[in-house]
Amino acid sequence: MDFDFSDDQKLLKESVGKLMASRYGDFEKRKGYQMHPNGFDPAVWAEYAEAGILSLPFSEEQGGFGGGPVETMIVMEEMGTALAVEPYLACVVLSGAILKYGKAEQIIPEIASGEAIVALANIERSSRYDLNDVSLAARRDGDDYVLEGEKSVVLGGGAAGYFIVAARTAGARRDADGITLLLVDAKSPGISRRGYPTQDGQHAAEVSFGSVRVPVANVIGEAGKGLPILARAVDEAIAGLCAEAVGAMDALVKMTVEYLKTRKQFGVAIGSFQALQHRSVDMLVMLEQARSMAIYAALSVDDADPVARGNAISAAKVQIGRSAKFIGQQSVQLHGGIGVTMEYKAGHYFKRLTMIEQMFGDSDYHLRKLAASGAAIAA
Amino acid sequence: MDLNLSAEEMAFRDEVRAFIAAELSPETREKLVLGREIGKHDFVEWQRKLNAKGWAVPNWPVEWGGQNWEPMQEYIFLDELQQAPAPSPLQFNCSMVGPVIATFGSEEQKKKFLAPTANLDIWWCQGFSEPGAGSDLAGLKTTARREGDFYIINGQKTWTTLAQYADWIFVLARTNPQAEKKQQGISFILVDMKTPGVTVRPIQLIDGGREVNEVWFDEVKVPAENLVGQENRGWDYAKYLLTNERMGIARIGVSKQRIRRIKELAKIERYGDTQLLDQPWFREKLVSVEIELKALEITQLRVLAEARKRGKHGEADPNSSILKIKGSELQQVTTELMMDVMGPYVLPFAASMDDEDRTNEPPIGPDYAASAGPTYFNSRKISIYGGSNEIQRNIIAKAILGF
Repeated sequence: MDFDFSDDQKLLKESVGKLMASRYGDFEKRKGYQMHPNGFDPAVWAEYAEAGILSLPFSEEQGGFGGGPVETMIVMEEMGTALAVEPYLACVVLSGAILKYGKAEQIIPEIASGEAIVALANIERSSRYDLNDVSLAARRDGDDYVLEGEKSVVLGGGAAGYFIVAARTAGARRDADGITLLLVDAKSPGISRRGYPTQDGQHAAEVSFGSVRVPVANVIGEAGKGLPILARAVDEAIAGLCAEAVGAMDALVKMTVEYLKTRKQFGVAIGSFQALQHRSVDMLVMLEQARSMAIYAALSVDDADPVARGNAISAAKVQIGRSAKFIGQQSVQLHGGIGVTMEYKAGHYFKRLTMIEQMFGDSDYHLRKLAASGAAIAA
Repeated sequence: MDLNLSAEEMAFRDEVRAFIAAELSPETREKLVLGREIGKHDFVEWQRKLNAKGWAVPNWPVEWGGQNWEPMQEYIFLDELQQAPAPSPLQFNCSMVGPVIATFGSEEQKKKFLAPTANLDIWWCQGFSEPGAGSDLAGLKTTARREGDFYIINGQKTWTTLAQYADWIFVLARTNPQAEKKQQGISFILVDMKTPGVTVRPIQLIDGGREVNEVWFDEVKVPAENLVGQENRGWDYAKYLLTNERMGIARIGVSKQRIRRIKELAKIERYGDTQLLDQPWFREKLVSVEIELKALEITQLRVLAEARKRGKHGEADPNSSILKIKGSELQQVTTELMMDVMGPYVLPFAASMDDEDRTNEPPIGPDYAASAGPTYFNSRKISIYGGSNEIQRNIIAKAILGF
């Protein structure tokens, strides 16, 4: 039992914290980054590359730092505190995990150097959160696959130099088998995309594939066997997202408590009212419960048993979702009018936390999944 | 970072488990499983077995039978007892008055009381709360008037748990009514329950049980040597005592055990054509509680890890108030789930909770159903005692959030 960071991890936390403070300490800067074409400033991304965090999760042989889930947790928590807008989760954590576990290492150096954004395209109009629900067809033609179909809400899709596409090469729409992960150059003929901002100030894209030819050599992992890799990568992304949410919630609780101590009405700081103190305590309790589950997620993500891993991740996502909703809503309420303005940071934390709930399965989705599996979480 | 127990911790856990399996009386265990009240005999027999093993008072100084355990080890021990389920060592003896006497008592008091307190040869009860002094404990009105070599105690204590079994009571009484602050004029005094003028009156709780009492003091004459520490310093000793109460306050093992039991019984109970446990709505409710319990368990472990860093005699951690709030809520919600399992068989009131009311009527419905309602009703006390959850929120607001 040990909740301490190693010396290297402490160092990582400190250096990422400093970097984020320099880039995001002034909230106005964030608004500036969002004005760039794909919703983030490439100069900040280049700094991430220089600091080594874009190569963090990759092994030393792959040109990375060999960071594990705890390192990812550290970085994501800082991203959450900063309300960072860059596609770190989408590119480094999520796509990175697919490339790692699918042994498709050829473009890892491009991610590490910051040259290329890689975005996972798996969601479709009807798939909701089910990773096995894939219709986009990849038909074999000689040494190529030919892709035909649409992908939706592709995180970081606007800036992507590559897509990882979950395509159906066999079976019916919801079959677990027959899903193939393909690395697709975004410049390939037949791809069109429409990038757009998301509610939380990040970016995504709708991407359509019209007779797009992809060499068979670009299969990640094995043809038809993409789902386990996809599921594992999404679990890692959820663990990262949980940490991001904790960073955001922690900052939001602090910000709210600080506001209550300074805002005066009736001639006193409103934080002197017990009703508001107790609400703040309830927020803190929800935060600490969420922090515990973010740690649980990070320390479970390497579990060799995919069912145990998935259950732990689902449990964490449920707790994070509930905590995020409570803390987000209450912090806006306690701030009063300023909490619902675009100018003030609290509302942006609230928006990011709300979107985190809608990503990779909401609380109800994961609760149902756990209930159906008959998992014994508390044992 | 690592969530696993170390090899030593696992070996210790297995040792505790094996000891409980070998030594705990099956009758006591069955009462706990079925949610029935356990009697004085169950407590005493079990604590003497623990004491013979050296485990009744692991938190005491080593010279008085303590084990010098790491916080984690103490937690594993209590958690295993809760999950077994087995009675915990009587907290009034082991985590309250014992450590106070060992720390602040005179040599004579230590020699006279500590060994029998550990062995439950003396059963202690706690004379703190009064009708007018609950959350505001320092507002207590019971007085101890010095007359020669005696204190004369007058007043009323209430919510005194298991006073009907007690041989002695530790009392907070006002020795200086003129003190500037109400906390300053209070003393910590040990009183033999057999002293003339001490009267115990049971209070029946809404579950039908009689676990708490009023204790009245009418000109009770107590030797002055029964004062613990210094006169008028009792508040400090009481605060010390309450910090000792925090270990295992979340009682996660109790909730875990109850959830396991709920699953067992929900397999027996039918819902339409299926087991209750196969109903998706029921599973979602259950899993929802399990998630919060898992989170709390890790929160508890984080608090313990901090305690290890602070060392044994560090300050009380206000984070344990988080454990109290969440732990009590989860204990309560598991009793609600248990009522869900029983359905209409929650209704029949069986008087068997109390030996004196027992009749020879056969039980109504399944034998495991009778305690579901009473346990739920009784569990409402958990968010009230030991500093109500609102008091815990006051503590957190002040000590952690800095209001």
